[in-house]
Amino acid sequence: MATITSDPVVRPVPQILAHEVIAPRKTKRWVDWVLTTDHKKIGIMYLVLTGVFFCMGGVEALMMRTQLSVPNNTLLTSEHYNQLLTMHGTTMIFLFVVPVWAGFGNYFLPLMIGARDMAFPRLNALSFWMLAFGGIVFYATLFWHPPDAGWWSYPPLSESLYSPSGGQDAWIFLIHLTGISSLLGAINFYVTIVNMRAPGMSWNRLPLFIWSLLVYAILLIIALPVVAAAVTMLLADRHFGTHFFDPTDHGSPVLWQHLFWFFGHPEVYIMILPGFGVVSEVIPVFSRKPIFGYKAIAAATAVIAFLATLVWAHHLFASPLPIVVLSFFMLSSFLIGVPTGVKIFNWIATLWRGSLVMTTALWFTIGFIAIFIIGGITGIFLAVFPVDWQLNDTYFVVAHFHYVLMGGAVFTVFAGLYYWYPKITGRLLNERLGKASFWVMFFGFNATFFVQHALGLSGMPRRIYTYQPGLGWSTYNLISTIGSYILGVGVLLTIINIYRSLTKGQIAGPDPWKGNTLEWFTPSPPPVNNFDEVPRVRSVEPMRDIRRQVERQTGVIQKGGGSEQFARSS
Amino acid sequence: MPALAVAASSLILAPDAFANFITPKSGGSPNANSIHTLYLIVLILAAIVFVAVEGALVVAVFRFRAKRHPVAHQTHGNTKLEIGWTAGAAVILLILTVVTFIKLPGIVNAPNSDADGLNLSASLSQPSPPNGKKLDICIQARQYIWRYTYGSGCKDDSFIKREPYSFTTMVVPVHTTVVLTIQSSDVIHDWWVPSLGGKVDAVPGYTVYTWFKATHTGFYHGQCAQLCGTNHAAMVAYVRVVSPQKYETWLGHQEAEITTQNDQVQQLRQILTSENQLGN
Repeated sequence: MATITSDPVVRPVPQILAHEVIAPRKTKRWVDWVLTTDHKKIGIMYLVLTGVFFCMGGVEALMMRTQLSVPNNTLLTSEHYNQLLTMHGTTMIFLFVVPVWAGFGNYFLPLMIGARDMAFPRLNALSFWMLAFGGIVFYATLFWHPPDAGWWSYPPLSESLYSPSGGQDAWIFLIHLTGISSLLGAINFYVTIVNMRAPGMSWNRLPLFIWSLLVYAILLIIALPVVAAAVTMLLADRHFGTHFFDPTDHGSPVLWQHLFWFFGHPEVYIMILPGFGVVSEVIPVFSRKPIFGYKAIAAATAVIAFLATLVWAHHLFASPLPIVVLSFFMLSSFLIGVPTGVKIFNWIATLWRGSLVMTTALWFTIGFIAIFIIGGITGIFLAVFPVDWQLNDTYFVVAHFHYVLMGGAVFTVFAGLYYWYPKITGRLLNERLGKASFWVMFFGFNATFFVQHALGLSGMPRRIYTYQPGLGWSTYNLISTIGSYILGVGVLLTIINIYRSLTKGQIAGPDPWKGNTLEWFTPSPPPVNNFDEVPRVRSVEPMRDIRRQVERQTGVIQKGGGSEQFARSS
Repeated sequence: MPALAVAASSLILAPDAFANFITPKSGGSPNANSIHTLYLIVLILAAIVFVAVEGALVVAVFRFRAKRHPVAHQTHGNTKLEIGWTAGAAVILLILTVVTFIKLPGIVNAPNSDADGLNLSASLSQPSPPNGKKLDICIQARQYIWRYTYGSGCKDDSFIKREPYSFTTMVVPVHTTVVLTIQSSDVIHDWWVPSLGGKVDAVPGYTVYTWFKATHTGFYHGQCAQLCGTNHAAMVAYVRVVSPQKYETWLGHQEAEITTQNDQVQQLRQILTSENQLGN
């Protein structure tokens, strides 16, 4: 036994390399979940909770789209509409996209760097429960008066004079609770990545998903204290008689805009960078070739993070600011397009001359790139500040950020889900249903959001609950609403897939995709201790090295887990 | 089913269905037209990049499927190529920067009124066309209506000078440089009439300026672009552009009407005060 574990690389790959540590169960199953500090259980709880919030945010979006489907619709009142747009934005950002990466990160960070858990397991559990309580505080307002000042909550509208209800305070507490949750999680990620990597895993052998999580953590640590301070000032304005943002007493509403977007723009990259990381993992695996320009992609991630702290005022192009300030933020916003472009070029170059196995995970990744290119390009339009004077606060902006966040970040979440679900559950998601889900989502997404560019160009501002006929907006709105329901059906197909595959899915085995990284070295699902023995890492693709060495030593071509079975060719 | 039929027919029959599909509104004022031109330049560059990158992606996905391309080409990168496309992206953005700064003065600076515009005298408040002759209109934004005060005194002493005003619909003379002084008295609003130029946030505590110079008579639609509360969607703004003669007639009429009504209120107040009905 000892001789085998000391040299694990010579064994055929799909073999159990770690043993479950079984302790006799003393408590009920749900108590186990509540009290757990296991990074995998916490990761699953994160994914399930954020999944629930994603569905709630989606329903809110569908209600808004239904209201806007025809002019002068009376389905929703303007009060309800404003509440819905606030809930939708806040939910998707603070309760879905940011924490869903904490979910994937929790589950896969230790596995991918060959660690047995996070650096601070109890802090990890605290992070999760803070998020859960933040969500509960926020959604409890449904029974009273939900906040309605938008997810930016610009004062004076969010001050107690104009938003007297407790909903606005619940929003502030949501920011505090989810903020503390993310901050603790970020510190945990950072410490874990810096200290607990497998032997031989130097910085230039760190998987790119882990690079993106490292930068995600650093950006959270930079940005979150600022928004925490801002909402505390708002809370003090509302209840304790201060006037930070009150123009009638020498306060400034523009101060809030700076503070909020100093957090808000890094937040955009906090949401998308881990998605970039997923793409950088999925593409090489299914192209059967190494990532093109590993160093360039890792460096681009770091450069994006640096520039992300210097672009916030491009959200303020219509606010009272001097032209020279606008020019600076136009240039910095242009600059951030360069490393983002580099990443896209590198991904396409990785696909180029590969041998593509068209799994659902790869389809979602390709769909993401196709959509993100459009979102990136419309971002350049908005960075040109005179053009932004026409486009800001219109549906063009709504289209732009849904192209980068919904078609962008959410598609990478789905790619990650199809890629890692077999590791989490031990069973594969149904590929046929998955591909159907992808195509329906891809079509529905573009039908919903592409015409919104045209809506903005035709002069429709965002956040209006209804509009008059004869302005040239009705047709676009109807198309967009129909598209949103198609998109909803696409998401539903994946939800059905997730539910069905839990019991009916094909058994995955440790490495169904011929993966490159260490999470595929352990059984699916991994035991509590993750690894009995962690192999020495010699490249960015430790699993590939192991597979090759086995082939050399046994003379037998490794079939891996047999991901080829999902290729259309066979 | 009827809903579907309505949907289908509105898709096919709507006359203005595809207006402004790829460009912003313009045509009412030189600044809107300049933004339109700048937008077109960005659009052309964007279209080239879009076709090249999406094209490469689509070709890669079709040409290199495992079935057609069973052996993957093992490569880790290509430094020259990577430096090349980084520089390429930077060059495109540099071009955009230069173009933006070339077009900027035409968007920001107010031009002179045309010869056939309203006859104006020079004034000193900012911003100003080269010859200093402009029509000043102050916009006061509040939940959920726009108030326009006409004349050079509108900023400081509109109550003393009793400048004429109107709500929701602004009336302006054609071919005349109109400088707008925008303030808000409660929350943040945003002045935006797309065909007459870009939008400006009306932030309480700040005074902001913009301008337009209507190129022809007409009626323009706009509305508040910044979420300002429950009736945000109803906070519309209209601009009616008329000939200078009609403008002066309208202004005189408006002034007379306001004076009459003020007098009537004054009289009513006196009557009520004398009958002691206004309380203490």
